[in-house]
Amino acid sequence: MADKILDIRNLDITFKTTAGNVHAIRGVNVDLERGETVAIVGESGSGKSVVMKTAMGILAGNATINSGEIIFRYKEDDGSLQEVDILKKEKKWVRQNINGRKIAMIFQDPMTSLDPTMTIGNQLIEGMIMHLGISKEDARKRAIELLEEVGITDPEKRYKQYPHQLSGGMRQRVVIAIAISCYPDLLICDEPTTALDVTIQAKILDLIKTIQKEHGISVIYITHDLGVVAKVADYVNVMYAGRIVEVGNVEEIFYDPKHPYTWGLLSAMPDLDTDDDRLYTIPGSPPNLLHEVVGDAFAPRNQYALKADWKEQPPMFKVTDTHFAATWLLDERAPKIEMPQELKKRIERMKQTKG
Amino acid sequence: MPEISTVTNEDFVLDVSKDLTTDKNFASQGFWKGVLTRFRKNKRAMTGLVIILVIFVLAVFGPMLSNYGYKEIISIGSGQDVVAKSLSPRIPALHNLFSSSAYQDAFADRVFLFGTDSLGRDLWTRVWYGARISLLIAFVTILIDMLIGMSYGLISGYFGQALDGVMQRFVEISNSIPRLVIVGVLATFMPKGVWLVIVALLLTEWIGMSKIARAEMLKIKGQEYIMASKTLGAKNFRIIFSDVLPNTIGPVITQVMFSIPTAIFTEAFLSFVGVGIVLPQCSIGSLIEDGFNNITTLPYQILPPIIVLALLMLAFNFVGDGLREALAPRIEDM
Amino acid sequence: MAVDYNAEPLLRVEKLKQYFKNGSYVVKAVDDVSFEIYPGETYGLVGESGSGKTTIGRGIIRLYDPTGGRVLFRDMDISGKLDRYTNWELRTKMQMIFQDPMASLNPRKKIGDIIGEGLDIHHSYSSQEERREKINAILAKVGLAKEHYDRYPYQFSGGQRQRVGIARALIMNPDLIIADECISALDVSIQAQVVNLMKDIQEETGCAYLFIAHDLSMVKYISDRIGVLHLGRLLETGTTEEIFSNPLHPYTISLLSAIPSPNPRAERSRSAVSYDYATSGLDYNRGELHHVGGKHYVYGTDEEVAGWLAKEN
Repeated sequence: MADKILDIRNLDITFKTTAGNVHAIRGVNVDLERGETVAIVGESGSGKSVVMKTAMGILAGNATINSGEIIFRYKEDDGSLQEVDILKKEKKWVRQNINGRKIAMIFQDPMTSLDPTMTIGNQLIEGMIMHLGISKEDARKRAIELLEEVGITDPEKRYKQYPHQLSGGMRQRVVIAIAISCYPDLLICDEPTTALDVTIQAKILDLIKTIQKEHGISVIYITHDLGVVAKVADYVNVMYAGRIVEVGNVEEIFYDPKHPYTWGLLSAMPDLDTDDDRLYTIPGSPPNLLHEVVGDAFAPRNQYALKADWKEQPPMFKVTDTHFAATWLLDERAPKIEMPQELKKRIERMKQTKG
Repeated sequence: MPEISTVTNEDFVLDVSKDLTTDKNFASQGFWKGVLTRFRKNKRAMTGLVIILVIFVLAVFGPMLSNYGYKEIISIGSGQDVVAKSLSPRIPALHNLFSSSAYQDAFADRVFLFGTDSLGRDLWTRVWYGARISLLIAFVTILIDMLIGMSYGLISGYFGQALDGVMQRFVEISNSIPRLVIVGVLATFMPKGVWLVIVALLLTEWIGMSKIARAEMLKIKGQEYIMASKTLGAKNFRIIFSDVLPNTIGPVITQVMFSIPTAIFTEAFLSFVGVGIVLPQCSIGSLIEDGFNNITTLPYQILPPIIVLALLMLAFNFVGDGLREALAPRIEDM
Repeated sequence: MAVDYNAEPLLRVEKLKQYFKNGSYVVKAVDDVSFEIYPGETYGLVGESGSGKTTIGRGIIRLYDPTGGRVLFRDMDISGKLDRYTNWELRTKMQMIFQDPMASLNPRKKIGDIIGEGLDIHHSYSSQEERREKINAILAKVGLAKEHYDRYPYQFSGGQRQRVGIARALIMNPDLIIADECISALDVSIQAQVVNLMKDIQEETGCAYLFIAHDLSMVKYISDRIGVLHLGRLLETGTTEEIFSNPLHPYTISLLSAIPSPNPRAERSRSAVSYDYATSGLDYNRGELHHVGGKHYVYGTDEEVAGWLAKEN
């Protein structure tokens, strides 16, 4: 039995809105082992951010958790292992003991997660003084070390500056420094590079990777960008309309995808060798979860939909020990349907690339 | 899930949605429907709305419910009559409980819900008649304010630069002149009365609205949908009044709701200091003034108009608050 | 589709300058940028934020008044004072698709009226039925249903809204569509939908695109030629083939090396080449565009360009 740090079971969440109830999360399971990286991939509205907000106890007030548990195992300061079900704890307790402390989060836009009226230094030491209970002088020393660690040149000077004086990439580095300042067990990155320029994106991802290795932190990425996933993830969860539709390790998802939705996602992003006239795409747009879904939520957009998809939600079919997909195509009674030709060729081509 | 599957062997054939390429999705809820639902849920705002409606209905029908005109001096007999001066509120069935003097007993069979004033006029009639005038003044000024204030603010904000500079300096100058001075100047060449009040309000009230409209314009004119209209060749007039104006509706309605009580209060104030309504007409303000003169001896005279004024101001503020929240809800991001 | 490079260019941008005054401080957002777009061609303009790519698009379509230089569209100068006819040509034959699908549609207007705005402004219909028909035809073309006519923008997803934005531009039958980062706010799968749609439209109507983006993989996929912008300068331009197989300018090389790929094996070993203008030793104020063969041009001084060429061979 390996060391699971996060174990989300059967999470089911409804939002009450003026338009009616939105069944945003419909039975989600996510595992994360210590030190590993999991990516949750999905379109906007698929519920990927909601899952992580639930884990941090920062869910919006109009949400009702219908069922599920989020088991989080973290190291106490003395090194002993603690286990809590975050959903059973009070929000206040989670905010004081888990958020920013054991689970840290990096958001998409660094400008909105930094306080424009506070210096970089003060924002860094604030959490440390509160959570670690160290003196201001010690916090300052560590803050400067942290700034150096995340690759900020001239940390003494930056310490006294305000967020608007830094570039986008620099700000995201500061956010990372704040995130790791209290020795978290788990780091959640919500689209950490979308707001950054391409040339900086890779550097930020590399930085997160290095820090993860050095501190033994587990990381969850929430993203719609498969380039990011390919670069960083060990395991991938593909999410659609509030459910995980395919899960597997990164090689399985990229080189042997089973779910038609994953096929669509993969082929929608041209790699540099794509020269087909058209990209294979998923038609239509994601369903509105105001209406209860009958059968498979993906069926109306699925070019390979079976009759069964309209009747009943497919269970998770096992492909390998680590690879599961929720599509009736994997049922033994289903017709043999292969992934689209273009994608097949592309995967062949990708496999040729030396690793 | 241990449910028994209903899927049978026959279900494993391709059954692809026929209309795969046309996207029929859309969220069903309309904007105003959402506003309505949110507003209804707000208890305070609903209370405010009910109060406004009740006062409104009473202002329209209240005077008709009594048998007296607003300037009718009530008396018994002919010639040298007994005038119903300063009667306390009375309902015939109950009056024996409070009845005090023989003089009051002369009117034992009459209904005076709010009593009468010192000249012998029915206060019930006068209060609702006064409320009518006050509401009328408020709505007329707000309507004209909206026209002037909004056009002024939208134009100033849209063209910006030098024009905006000149227009805003003008606003600052007009804003710095005390309202009483304006009223005083007006009163020297205008007869006192409803129109004086309306003109006085017009000269000052539009400034708030123009500021709101200008701020909205500054916010909206950089939006991409305005650029889109420009790239399609839309003229300035079209952009200001067809593209931007409908988008300012939320803050504008809210501002209107907050300026109505200001207008009512200003009218009351002007009437109270004696430059407003001329007798025998009355408004909430002039009634309060009358009542104030006798406050130590006949306190019941001042209560009805003051309560109506307070309720109106409170109710409009409630509704304004409710509308503001309903029109711009906190975004519950998903 | 083969683009006829011997034809008269549809759009000619000559030494376009766009400066913004900020108090006493002048920001040179775009400096001496020249390029042309041929009929039916897709020209990709790539650069980071702050490179001036959006400003160029807005300068061309006259959302800004250019500080200097000339822009010729269908052989008419559209950078100076516009007469009635030129204005009409510019506002109908050149259209724009905007970046933010949430902000580019008027929230208080029905989808049908948003799409029909161009028709309304230029009175290009004789009856309400004709207007409705035209709008319905465009709705179908961009893959939306007739029922969407009476809906409002907030009832739609990002991808759907972007299709409405395309429909709004398309209804004027433009010769040139400026697509300003029109896919970067969308989810990956929806991006592909929109790009496919744009390709289909081009095939059908023969319109040209100025495709402004920072995502090089999509740019490569859709563009015939590419221009690389940095700090308001056009550093390199050429056919997609020339730029991707033979990048010369160090900035282009760095940009190409940063493209993420949905391939774990390649992605894990990829290392981006970094480029920092301040330490690169280059001065964008000295230099000019050098022709290096085919349609390939690179910006620099004579020695710099010679050096890059030597390195290449």
